[in-house]
Amino acid sequence: MNLDAKIPEGPIAEKWSKHKVKMKLVNPANRRKYHIIVVGSGLAGGAAAASLAEQGYNVSCFCYQDSPRRAHSIAAQGGINAAKNYQNDGDSVYRLFYDTVKGGDYRAREANVYRLAEVSNNIIDQCVASGVPFAREYGGQLANRSFGGAQVARTFYARGQTGQQLLLGAYSSLSRQIGLGKVTMYNRHEMLDVVKVDGHAKGIIVRNMATGEVSRHAGDCVVLATGGYGNVFFLSTNAQGCNVTAAYRAYKRGAGFANPCYTQIHPTCIPVHGEQQSKLTLMSESLRNDGRVWVPKSAETAQKIREGKLSGNDVPEDERDYFLERKYPSFGNLAPRDISSRAAKEACDEGRGIAATGLGVFLDFRDAIKRDGRKAIEERYGNLFDMYECITGDNPYQVPMMIFPAVHYTMGGLWVDYNLESTIPGMFVGGEANFSDHGANRLGASALMQGLADGYFVLPYTVGNYLGEQGVAAAGQITTEHPAFAEVEADVKARIDKLLSINGTESPRSFHKRLGQIIWEKCGMARSKAGLQEAIQEVQALRKEFWENVRVVGDADGINPELEKAGRVADFMEFGELMCRDALMREESCGGHFRVEHQTEEGEAKRDDENFSFVGVWEYLGDDAEPGLHRESLIYENVKLATRSYK
Amino acid sequence: MEKTMNLTLKVWRQKNAATDGQFVEYPLKDVSEDSSFLEMLDILNEELVEQGKEPVAFDHDCREGICGTCSMTINGTAHGPQRATTACQLHMRHFHDGQTITIEPWRAKPFPVMKDLIVDRTPFDRIMQAGGFITGRAGSAVEANAMPIPKGTADYAMDAAACIGCGACVAACPNASAMLFTAAKVAHMNSLPQGKPEKDRRALAMVTTMDGEGFGGCTNIGECEAVCPKEISLDMIAQLNRDYAAAQVKSFFKAV
Repeated sequence: MNLDAKIPEGPIAEKWSKHKVKMKLVNPANRRKYHIIVVGSGLAGGAAAASLAEQGYNVSCFCYQDSPRRAHSIAAQGGINAAKNYQNDGDSVYRLFYDTVKGGDYRAREANVYRLAEVSNNIIDQCVASGVPFAREYGGQLANRSFGGAQVARTFYARGQTGQQLLLGAYSSLSRQIGLGKVTMYNRHEMLDVVKVDGHAKGIIVRNMATGEVSRHAGDCVVLATGGYGNVFFLSTNAQGCNVTAAYRAYKRGAGFANPCYTQIHPTCIPVHGEQQSKLTLMSESLRNDGRVWVPKSAETAQKIREGKLSGNDVPEDERDYFLERKYPSFGNLAPRDISSRAAKEACDEGRGIAATGLGVFLDFRDAIKRDGRKAIEERYGNLFDMYECITGDNPYQVPMMIFPAVHYTMGGLWVDYNLESTIPGMFVGGEANFSDHGANRLGASALMQGLADGYFVLPYTVGNYLGEQGVAAAGQITTEHPAFAEVEADVKARIDKLLSINGTESPRSFHKRLGQIIWEKCGMARSKAGLQEAIQEVQALRKEFWENVRVVGDADGINPELEKAGRVADFMEFGELMCRDALMREESCGGHFRVEHQTEEGEAKRDDENFSFVGVWEYLGDDAEPGLHRESLIYENVKLATRSYK
Repeated sequence: MEKTMNLTLKVWRQKNAATDGQFVEYPLKDVSEDSSFLEMLDILNEELVEQGKEPVAFDHDCREGICGTCSMTINGTAHGPQRATTACQLHMRHFHDGQTITIEPWRAKPFPVMKDLIVDRTPFDRIMQAGGFITGRAGSAVEANAMPIPKGTADYAMDAAACIGCGACVAACPNASAMLFTAAKVAHMNSLPQGKPEKDRRALAMVTTMDGEGFGGCTNIGECEAVCPKEISLDMIAQLNRDYAAAQVKSFFKAV
């Protein structure tokens, strides 16, 4: 596997501009001869499809939702970062770059991150021009707020619905291109495999989720923007349909999968209510500005709270353990996501969790309300308090909120070079689906930035470069009549038939839940060698059981959510094993990856830069063979490696 | 401790667009009051699968009230009894033990039923494709702060842009009118300075497409506003009527 990152020569600030000058271009009149396949219609996919179509290429865009407007980018709340320095507080492209590399615990590729920071300003311009109603000051200028991991206010936002507004911006541009006939949109279509011709990605096989029809689509290249794999945990903040299938199918056809063990656990989610839970809801981390996180000092008190015999309010001050303030006096309740999450887990492991399930800690606004008054708190967090009450039935003005960490984002993804091209030539990967920008931990408000950077400002250049290199004579030469399509289509159909024919006794959802439990327990917030080894065996056994005993009711013709779920769970099974292998291989702790063997005396993450300053890239070598590990060394020329400290 | 309830569900079952559907009754036991409405349907579906029967097909995705995918009429009200709440954010504590709950798809001619509770809402996408955008390529934007926008204007645009495109407004309207949806999109873009150059074109094109898709006319009943999970105001419709009338008058004299 060739892991040449193709990082351009020269000083970091000049790499992208120099690279753009050197790229091959496609004459505007020739662009209409090319056909590009884009899978996914979120920020990265939607923006890429719209921008490529604007340039004159013909685009087919696919999404599993009933409309491209519903991609899961829509659920992002907080905001989008950019180095505009509108606040005059010392921000710059370099500082955004530096914060992102540091926040990622020095496991991201410098050149990509710098480019991300560089185009961040264009994103805000583009969004405003396309009608995104960002929050504004009374003078009419754009407003900013601050977010974790940064000392400047560089986050742009649209109430608590920034993701929605950015996505609607990209969707409106996409809609225009659909109306003009430059983009053909395929709603309710799920990509089930990639087709390679002479080693290059030249098409995909999809299933129409409304009719059940399996069809072939050929193109001159393929862009995957299919999101993250957080649903491998069953419970996460992801939408129900989010899945790893497209990325995993690409992996099985030869795309390297990078750093699958890097997952982000967000500390402020609403705790699980019980067995019937289907998803977790995030509460903005801004709540930790005023809320104090605590559990009772004694496990007996916690037990009484769990049983409903005692309320949080009844616990006297000296029996409370404000554990973040105790452990991290300088950052207190605003310690970064990975650190806060682990501290909450430890408290619960000690039997001091307070939700009925034992998995929860208090986030208490009593002192803030006493200090600033209820009105002030209502102004700051009113909508979040309402949302909390809507879901839990508790009024957080009167009783402390309960929170618990939940899987939120996945930093790992398909390996890509500087051009966002995977190890399969002609297959590009954007947004959360690739691995490139966030290292081992993502900072708040950076996911939206990356999705739009890839979609609006990177892929439109690098895809053109690839097509230019292929030459205009090659445009549109591969059609679905090529034998490679028939072969892959037959594989896809055989797999669907297999799933439907097992006729066992257990539902796909039940298998998914069991898989999630293993991954959460053993490859979640804290991981150990023994646990991961067990997890690999358990997942293998579960996968075997799945293929012998899954029950998929209904048939392949028409809408069949059970069949869709079964296919996705099958891929999550294999992927979950890969995740555990990656976590096992990485004998260090960094960012969201915490190995209990590798911690300081105080229980903090301990990186091993000497041996693990690399991207771990996995190559598929067969269903029952162990995957092969390849390494891309990470070289830091502009940022000095240091230990993160929040004491 | 967790409280549970037993329910009787009357659910609309329909194999596909070509066949007739009917209500089917299902008893359901031990539903936690902390479960969401869709989690309650998950339980029903797991039971059906266990019996080898096809589960109830329904559209859903984010389950946090923002993607606009979930779409069902619960006891006669689009998205159910809680004001400003999507079906996915509706929790079972708002129902009681022994209750019968009727669940059916959006009922509107332009939204044909595809299966059970799933309907086809692509007409909304086509309304957007006709004019729900601001023309401008990636890369051609001017500096974001070059054009100040009064806070009030930005807030108004945001109120309109909060629409999640779920279609409850159409389902609730006796005329199956899509005016609230279309008006929200037009108001969002027409109110911003960036959207002004295409203001007239947008209003005309989107309304024409809306009519062409078979949605009924607006007769100011207000059911749409009452069920809207994002509380989009009827004022948006008044604004659209003004924009549309002005655009029509202008179009007599010059191309818009």
